[in-house]
Amino acid sequence: MSVVSLAPAMLKDNSPSASPITPVAANEAQTVQRPKSRSSRVTLGDDGNPLYVRARAPEWTMRVFAMLCGIALFIGAWEILSKTGGGRLPDPVSTWHSAVQLFSDPFYRKGPNDQGIGWNILNSLGRVGIGFGMAAAVGIPLGFMIGRFRFLSDMASPIISMLRPVSPLAWLPIGLLVFKAANPAAIYVIFISSIWPMIINTAVGVRQIPEDYMNVAKVLKLSEWKVFTKILFPAVLPYMMTGVRLAIGVAWLVIVAAEMLTGGVGIGFWVWDEWNNLNVQHIIIAIFTVGIVGLALEQLLIFAARRFNYE
Amino acid sequence: MGKYLQIESVGMVFETKKGPFTALEDINLEIAEGEFVSLIGHSGCGKSTLLNLIAGLLKTTDGTMILAEREISGPGPDRGVVFQNHSLLPWLTCFDNVYLAVERVFAGKEDKASLKKRTHEALALVGLTHAEQKYPHEISGGMKQRVGIARALSMQPKVLLMDEPFGALDALTRAHLQDELTRIVGETGSTVVMVTHDVDEAVLLSDRVVMMTNGPAATIGEILHVDLPRPRERLALAAHPRYMALRSEVLKFLYQKQLKVAA
Repeated sequence: MSVVSLAPAMLKDNSPSASPITPVAANEAQTVQRPKSRSSRVTLGDDGNPLYVRARAPEWTMRVFAMLCGIALFIGAWEILSKTGGGRLPDPVSTWHSAVQLFSDPFYRKGPNDQGIGWNILNSLGRVGIGFGMAAAVGIPLGFMIGRFRFLSDMASPIISMLRPVSPLAWLPIGLLVFKAANPAAIYVIFISSIWPMIINTAVGVRQIPEDYMNVAKVLKLSEWKVFTKILFPAVLPYMMTGVRLAIGVAWLVIVAAEMLTGGVGIGFWVWDEWNNLNVQHIIIAIFTVGIVGLALEQLLIFAARRFNYE
Repeated sequence: MGKYLQIESVGMVFETKKGPFTALEDINLEIAEGEFVSLIGHSGCGKSTLLNLIAGLLKTTDGTMILAEREISGPGPDRGVVFQNHSLLPWLTCFDNVYLAVERVFAGKEDKASLKKRTHEALALVGLTHAEQKYPHEISGGMKQRVGIARALSMQPKVLLMDEPFGALDALTRAHLQDELTRIVGETGSTVVMVTHDVDEAVLLSDRVVMMTNGPAATIGEILHVDLPRPRERLALAAHPRYMALRSEVLKFLYQKQLKVAA
């Protein structure tokens, strides 16, 4: 199995270059289409006057409405479950009140095991930041080299293929053994689990560079440095950003589980701690918090990736 | 006939999974400085392969090629290539696309102001001064191809190689760019080798039309001297008896002598 064969699954709809519509094009399409669709919705009565005109709400209101419907349905289902579940599951309203209380004082410190949720989130983000940053610093250059040189690719691909599917937490004992401390072990797990998408996507990006661009480089006989800065790097950037996005997703996914095992201050540990306290409301709040932070990270990177879409 | 670009018994064999495939065989051609030569033939006849050989993007398996008394052994900026699909770098503006080429060729010898001047001049030559700061996706297909021509010419190459440069354009834009190319080549006196499958384009632009036989093992079938006076006017030529005669020569070669069976 080669590195390339792993890639399509990872790239699927994630490649920013796969989106054919740039914001500009989308605007154009809207302004062109709108009058047409409006006129087609006018139905004339017998006297030639409009019988009714179905006002077409702008697309985004419809989308927001659909999202609100989804959220309402979700909360409704939760409410029903909490009522029928014998009181074991807290209902949405009490969870909301608990959350308001919790977030009203996010940065308190009462000893090492009792700190505000803000500190817990920041600690987790810090670990993800360090582990992920190191993975990017190692993984992206590695990806470039693997993509550029066939020999290195053949050398690396069996190892990557074998190690990539390993559950990140399986690395934790080795981390604990080597570092003899919980915090660096957690960071190391983040590093290991977020490095693969960056290596693979960067390598695929290098290989997907259109032959034409490389022909330009050959015809001009550009130096390796020029090839890298003017062709390789910009061409690979969208793929690299996809890798970075996938990696940060994985990292955020893994940190909760890793912290549950390692302890310390962090959102994962906090979940475990609240389980021991049997405070289910806080566990639910933690789940939402993890989800929302993950969503924010993802959106941030999508926003960043959009800047590197040239076509 | 001068010997600026010499192609001597060149052959090209590709190694494929089904064994060796002879694409080109025994190609002999001499091109004079300032001459405009078209390569025409059915698709798959190896005309693009021949162009890539001259460009140095492929290595001949047989024979030699000499450009201005030096053997061609690889790609180099002394041969400006205009690719069929423009091949502009989408993250660079038109100016920067051309500047990349200018910088490569003249950076050691000239200062920055002079490099910029060359770039401006190249874009002005193709009539794109107004679009210098645009990105390739912001301009039309015809304009992209002009930038491609500007990039190739800005290097002051010994020979300009064009691989179906207008093949992807609509008929009107194509005609317009053909006229532009005639003007540009008239101004610069460039030596040009152009691959085309458009008979009118070949006759209108060329001094000689090289007609290639069908592959495999394609070679030069006939060479037609286009003795129409320059400057050539598209409209005046349309009814010109000599033009008609030359045109039908090429058509006869393509559709009688080298009729491709069930393409």
